[in-house]
Amino acid sequence: MPKPEILDPQGQAVAKALPRLGFSGVAEVRQGKRFELEVDDSVDDATLARIAEGLLANPVIEEWTVRRVAE
Amino acid sequence: MSTRIGVITFPGTLDDVDAARAVRAVEVEAVPLWHGDADLRGVDAVVVPGGFSYGDYLRAGAIASYAPVMGLVVEAARGGMPVLGICNGFQVLCEAGLLPGALIRNAGLHFVCRDEWLRVDNTDTAWTARYAPGAEILIPVKHMDGCYVADAETVAELEGEGRVVFRYTDNPNGSVADIAGVCDAGGRVVGLMPHPEHAIEALTGPSDDGLGMFLSVLDQLVRA
Repeated sequence: MPKPEILDPQGQAVAKALPRLGFSGVAEVRQGKRFELEVDDSVDDATLARIAEGLLANPVIEEWTVRRVAE
Repeated sequence: MSTRIGVITFPGTLDDVDAARAVRAVEVEAVPLWHGDADLRGVDAVVVPGGFSYGDYLRAGAIASYAPVMGLVVEAARGGMPVLGICNGFQVLCEAGLLPGALIRNAGLHFVCRDEWLRVDNTDTAWTARYAPGAEILIPVKHMDGCYVADAETVAELEGEGRVVFRYTDNPNGSVADIAGVCDAGGRVVGLMPHPEHAIEALTGPSDDGLGMFLSVLDQLVRA
């Protein structure tokens, strides 16, 4: 997700479109990305964090979280 | 030995041909470098040109920053080799950590393609010594993700150290502090969103104001 202080013009455009479609009460929209990685048991949380920090996210402008989901 | 400047081509690069032409316009040999190259072929400086490297998948410039040739460029830049990143090349240099900050989607959400007046705010870099301080130059921009952002501390550091190299006089993309280009702490690595390689002669561009960047680095290299 873009950091809170980073301008998110895409999210703003979505927010402006909602009232036009009749949806009221949405104060703000922030747009981010989700990556789904299928990994085997050898990939530990620290490795996933390195993947997130080093490639999937740009820590200059984005915050990230890793969520592990069992199949 | 004659001066040689490398011009990198990634899959999806568009402006390598014009960048090489700009290098030749100042009578320097342009050496094509491929993204998978494992050596820099003895070049004295590198231009990372514009385009949509690797389709700009993930983020603009992100995947290119991990290309084999970029590892060599980062290493050489840390050793003082002049590097110029133009447009997508600027994004690549930010992603590679050679320059601070990042480029995000234009504030207006539109692709912007027009000639822009820039003010040259730092003439002490390897790529801008030929300009008069405060000179206004006319250079085309053409980008979707040109909004320069950095945290307040980084912007203050850039301003304090005079590392904002180019500033828009009419900000086209929402960049913080009208920043069009910045340099590293040593002034050898410069990145900017506008395209100096498209402004080297009246026949094909709005001015020849872009030539100054290529002449500046030539001065540096000849002196070295």
